[in-house]
Amino acid sequence: MAKIKKKVKTIKVDADKCNGCRGCEIVCSAFHSTPRYSTINPARSRIQIIRHPLKDVWLPIFAGEYTPAECMGREKYVIDGKEYDECTFCRATCPSRDIFKEPDSGLPLKCDMCEDEPPLEQPKCVEWCLNDVLVYEEREEEVEESVEMEKVETGLVSMIDKYGLDKVAEAIARISQKD
Amino acid sequence: MRYGETGYNLEIDLATGNIERVETDPKLMETHLGGLGTSVKLHWDRVPADVKPFDDENMLIISSGVLNATPAFSANRTVVTFYSPESDLLAYPMMGGFFSAELKYAGYDKVIFHNKSPKWVYIWINNDKVEIRDATHLVGRGALETQDLIRMELNQPNAQVAAIGVAGENKCFTASIEQGRSSASRLGGGAIFGDKKIKAVAVRGTQDVNIYNGEAFMKEMKDMMAYINFRNANPIPDVMTILSGIGSPQEMVHTDEKWHTENFMWGNARTRRRGFWDEKINEEFPRTQLEGIKRLISCFNCPQHCGALISYKETPRYMAKCFGKLTYMMAAYVDSMDFAWRTLQRATEYGVDSFSTPQILAFAVELIEAGIITEKDLKAGPTWPACPTDKEGRFLWLLDRVAHREGIGDVLADGVYLAARQIGNGAEAFDHNTIKRHEQLPLKLGTMDPLYYLMYATNEKISITQIEGNWPQGAFPTMEQREAFVKDWPQLPDDSWKQWLLEWEPRGEKAIPYFPTIDMCCQIVDWMEMLHNIDDACCVCAGMSSFCLKPPYHIHNYPRIISAATGLDLDEASLKKIVNRSRNLHRALNNRRGMSRKDEKPPQDHWKRRFPEIEENLLSAYYTFKGWNQDGVPTKERLNELDLGYVAEDLEKRGLLKDGQD
Repeated sequence: MAKIKKKVKTIKVDADKCNGCRGCEIVCSAFHSTPRYSTINPARSRIQIIRHPLKDVWLPIFAGEYTPAECMGREKYVIDGKEYDECTFCRATCPSRDIFKEPDSGLPLKCDMCEDEPPLEQPKCVEWCLNDVLVYEEREEEVEESVEMEKVETGLVSMIDKYGLDKVAEAIARISQKD
Repeated sequence: MRYGETGYNLEIDLATGNIERVETDPKLMETHLGGLGTSVKLHWDRVPADVKPFDDENMLIISSGVLNATPAFSANRTVVTFYSPESDLLAYPMMGGFFSAELKYAGYDKVIFHNKSPKWVYIWINNDKVEIRDATHLVGRGALETQDLIRMELNQPNAQVAAIGVAGENKCFTASIEQGRSSASRLGGGAIFGDKKIKAVAVRGTQDVNIYNGEAFMKEMKDMMAYINFRNANPIPDVMTILSGIGSPQEMVHTDEKWHTENFMWGNARTRRRGFWDEKINEEFPRTQLEGIKRLISCFNCPQHCGALISYKETPRYMAKCFGKLTYMMAAYVDSMDFAWRTLQRATEYGVDSFSTPQILAFAVELIEAGIITEKDLKAGPTWPACPTDKEGRFLWLLDRVAHREGIGDVLADGVYLAARQIGNGAEAFDHNTIKRHEQLPLKLGTMDPLYYLMYATNEKISITQIEGNWPQGAFPTMEQREAFVKDWPQLPDDSWKQWLLEWEPRGEKAIPYFPTIDMCCQIVDWMEMLHNIDDACCVCAGMSSFCLKPPYHIHNYPRIISAATGLDLDEASLKKIVNRSRNLHRALNNRRGMSRKDEKPPQDHWKRRFPEIEENLLSAYYTFKGWNQDGVPTKERLNELDLGYVAEDLEKRGLLKDGQD
């Protein structure tokens, strides 16, 4: 299979440097508003500072995937003597908590690294963080070109929904016999 | 649609429990902008002039400003206004932190409290849902611990909570309102909370705040970001460290306190301790300071590090900022940062102003030593022990008594001025550092400084640390230094003023008290005050604007920033007119409560070398410059210029403006 180059975008988070200002939340919500920068609302931000000042917890977390159901188990982390609440490090938009959801509609939010045309030099939260808590890094990796099975499966599921499993299975059998 | 502001206030009648969300008149933003400006207008319109601080009618307003909750850097102040039990005038202490932004995200510009609650309550504002909740179980709790208890009780980790401690519950006149790492401290806002039986106000908001022209606004902020980065990388040379940067005094960052500890006055603003910062102190103080600081922290949307999380030995954690780390220690003559960190924790949980309170305690110590406060005042009470005799123990005992209003503490809790008059027997002579009944910075200097004379005497804030600002505190010794300073100084309102700084000498005819000249002083002080008034309407931290040298916010970029946020069509002249209107309304309001020229006096011993004639001329000239009569009351002409004809009419009716007096 052919080799292709893939761009990997990373935001390195040095939480020890965070002074808790929440500028990242502000600019994220501003950038993603329509028209751009027209409204500010940190509850819509795709980055949230998990704060517990007296516990010395200031932890920037980015919105990740949507999940329809919460986990069966929970974890609590203690790092350097600091106890983090359940789910603190999880990026999911999850029924177990309020963050990473549009406050009015409840629709899930996900960090898109501020994809834009033309592309930005760095995501807005990184640009707005003047304490270097968030540092943007981009690298290229060579990977084998492969069919993304997830997309194939999504297509098959919609075919099954439309025509029924039996008909789709028959079609696949027919195609494989021709080969 | 409203821009910059939410367009709604929350009106809460504590006596009846009635809560209303009231749409505000958009015209008010055009005439008074917001923050302190619109709050002053509400006090003028609604609260009769003869209302006493602990009357039901003493309205208390917690207000945001027009730039809070926007991406404007360091726009994070919350201004609390009320008639002060200490000064009897309209006080406006401000706190940093995160409250005002959260309030606007909840959909409100201000929370306005009327009357008193029959029992202890806290207010829970969660977007459109607002509740008055029982706070009986929180009585006696610390100001900081109450905040976390409420967050836990509500299961709202992101709620912002402003709370009082025991001092506020007991209506101490220097009780503060504490909120995270910040506090609205001066002049007894905590006492008014306590009088109204408000233990705390909690707020959580998840709604949008609108910006009129987002692209233009963000362009201004991008420019400001570059300047903030520049200033942080390039401290101003040839000034003391604390003045070299931007932000509120970076007291948590800096550990070299030679200047403050040797130039401020220890005890009851009494003793300068030259040579204090010796080798031993130079080792112990920075080490203990850093030992206590767990993390440097900021307020909402501010890149600076003015505050800190304090985790010192077994002392419960708390947050600190500014000069609290020095004020108790210096007032107590206790040469120990260990004492400083421990005492500040206790004072923060009690919820007391860390400028006024240490001076009250030091004043009490002097009275003890002078035999005016006697043995009978120091013996054990029904629930407290006798006063220890060691310095540390005595100071903390006094703090405990003041916060609880127990024994002699009940008198001291009224502040130095009023306590001195209640105690009598010569105690008045020990009240040597107050203006308008309010304790001042513990600082005594040599030659009368005309700029500072005007600031001390005339500002409605009654607190120099929140008035001084953009003009250097002293002349640079060499021409080279002066030229370097003025070379890059776009914040000045007028380039010709650079010449004043170039000519300003440390000694001689072109030095204080003669230079800057009276006319120059009027212009400089008016400019600095005007900037504070803009900050206070926008609720921008003065540390990034009117308080520091060469700040990010100034008169040339403010109109563009406010216009982009609000949609108002502002230029420098129209912005100045708005804040001058609010400033004169504030003055008229205080005039109406009896304040006049007789009250506008810095402490007699503030400077060793006084110049009565120059001082009188200064004050007279400044009054004229401001458009005030020689009693310090805005003239009819000035009020009419500012569309405040109704104020002139009121002052005329009261005889404060006489017929034919413009």
